[in-house]
Amino acid sequence: MALKRRIGVFVCHCGGNISDHVDVQQVVDGVTGEPGVAVARTHMFTCSDSSQQEMIDQIVEEKLDGLVVASCSPKLHMFTFRGMAERAGLNPYQYVHVNLREQCSWAHTDDKRGATEKGIHLVRAGIAKCALTRPLTALRVETQPRALVIGAGIGGMRAALALGDMGLTVYLVEREEAAGGWARQAGRMGPEDQNGPDVAAGLLERIVQHDTIMLYTNAELTEKSGSIGDFNVKVRVGPTDVVDLNVGAIVVATGFDTYQPAEGEYGWGLDGVIDLAQFRQMLAEGRLERDGKPLRDIAFVYCVGSRQSKSESCPEPNTYCSRYCCTAGTFAATTLHALETELDQTVNQYHLYRDIRTYGHLEMVYEQARREGAIFLRWEPEQPPVVTQADGRLQVKAVDTLAGGDALEIGADLVVLVTGMRPRENDQLNSLLKIPESKDGFYNEIHIKLRPVETVIDGVFIAGTSQGPKTLAESVASSLAAVAKTGGLLMKGYVDLEPLIARVDTDKCTWCDECLKACPYGAIEKTVCGDKEVALVIASVCKGEGGCVPVCPHDAIDIEGFRDDQIRAMIDASLKEATL
Amino acid sequence: MKSKEPDPKILVFSSNAISDPGIDLAGSAHMHYSTAVQVIPLPCSSGVKPAWIAHALASGFDGVFIAACGGDCAYLQDCTERTSALIKQAQALLKEQDISPKRLKMSGLCSVCADNFVAHMGKFQGELKKLESND
Repeated sequence: MALKRRIGVFVCHCGGNISDHVDVQQVVDGVTGEPGVAVARTHMFTCSDSSQQEMIDQIVEEKLDGLVVASCSPKLHMFTFRGMAERAGLNPYQYVHVNLREQCSWAHTDDKRGATEKGIHLVRAGIAKCALTRPLTALRVETQPRALVIGAGIGGMRAALALGDMGLTVYLVEREEAAGGWARQAGRMGPEDQNGPDVAAGLLERIVQHDTIMLYTNAELTEKSGSIGDFNVKVRVGPTDVVDLNVGAIVVATGFDTYQPAEGEYGWGLDGVIDLAQFRQMLAEGRLERDGKPLRDIAFVYCVGSRQSKSESCPEPNTYCSRYCCTAGTFAATTLHALETELDQTVNQYHLYRDIRTYGHLEMVYEQARREGAIFLRWEPEQPPVVTQADGRLQVKAVDTLAGGDALEIGADLVVLVTGMRPRENDQLNSLLKIPESKDGFYNEIHIKLRPVETVIDGVFIAGTSQGPKTLAESVASSLAAVAKTGGLLMKGYVDLEPLIARVDTDKCTWCDECLKACPYGAIEKTVCGDKEVALVIASVCKGEGGCVPVCPHDAIDIEGFRDDQIRAMIDASLKEATL
Repeated sequence: MKSKEPDPKILVFSSNAISDPGIDLAGSAHMHYSTAVQVIPLPCSSGVKPAWIAHALASGFDGVFIAACGGDCAYLQDCTERTSALIKQAQALLKEQDISPKRLKMSGLCSVCADNFVAHMGKFQGELKKLESND
């Protein structure tokens, strides 16, 4: 039997955000006699400095060994109060947060009595959980001052340089024979009209000259072991060489693939129907001709491979907007116009679009294209353009919704399909890194707004278009965000990991390997304990999601902070009658 | 003021990163649902033990709702399949204990699915009331 606990319960008014709809004094009265409660009181704002100091004083004076704060959502202040507990000399994991605002007072502004009763139940559940907490220590792991960057496109090269400039050793691994990625063949790039190959070459030169960056081309990751701060990887370089590397973090900047239209999709496969990458190449070569004849009419079809709907011909649609193509297409219009002028040649441009998404200052590119004479025609997905060929000329039939739905027929020498981005095929890398993918097939961050480059694999960060369609500027911004996270991790020299992870009761465990099969992270290993084989949790690899917990036939595995006894105690405490 | 007939008590298992913020959002938007709904957050819906569900229903909750991570789960790509399999196990366990499996519901709930959460609670309570009157 555990020793009697001394728990402090602090209920927040949150100004009136809670106390206008929940009688906080009645909540305090309702939980005062609960087992283990030594102190229970209210505060106007528990998060204020003065209240925190009062609570710290009380924790010390009353020798409290557990803490429950009932206030706003834990998403706002759980870490605030964990820090406060620590300052008071209390183990931060013996603190339990109760959500009395978002999940009580604010949801029940119409029923103060009911909300007060619910508040008592919620706080009792928190107390029951707190009574079963035990001190936990964050796992401190040393980090090695070396980083692996996978993918030497513009984003990957920029990341490598920034990490190298911090004094970190960087291994930059590129699958292709040369660094530079898509920019090497992008030709002129908007909106500042830079030459892609020059941008790539400039970064490459700096990389080659950098003391702490090692670039491996024609190279691929073949093995990965270890965890945050200390990964061991093997990289195949060339056909047979293998390099062993030890790094503290990994930045994945593997980029995108361009969408490959299906045969017949907007005329794909017909002579004279090309994609945007091919057209940009044509512009870069400075020629506006096909089969020796000057081009006079060019039609561009936008949203090819983007914003698709499911249909028989498209069973696995890309439902997302590829975001960069409107800018790339309209910028190609201005580049085309400049080349026309240079060659003293006249070309009619028809841009068939669904919506122009040249957001922010990129709108200027669209404005310029229109000013220079490019004709923009809007189509609806119900009536997409149809590209055919007759008498050696391409015909584009479309319905222009902004011209009263008139059916148009455009004769074209060239049709350019403005294709979107696709996630890159990286089966081998995916099986090694195990980064979750979104429904679209791009790598998934932990939180789109708050943790945009971190993945659930600690120490592995995603950058650029490996995460989703982006413009080059956005891609570099994302790479540098990944650099900030990587640098922060590696420069500090250590990292503290959350101890709310799986734990095995070796008395109950019989090593049936169900937990091993349930863990996609490789956090479970077999070990010997006394005279039997049992499961061992590798603390630095375990994510603490709990997928292994319900599959254990012997109830031998738990997640700290969410243990079986704690959940059952919370259920029981929630059901005790609250009499007002 | 408190309603005449007490509402059926529902225990919701939410997930810290996905459905719990969605439930928070319902409160932030002052969308009302019954005070008889109470939430226990967990790291991920794939970690709900069927025995917890059975314990809650046997001890006095009228319904258990799993607000699952769905396709947004940052941990497990097959989170929905895993959670669904747990629900099936839990239903079998409930039948063994002579508890109606209709007292258990699951739905994926995203981090901004406030409307959905409130709608689910209203609907589930209606179904539980019907179940009570049939008993």
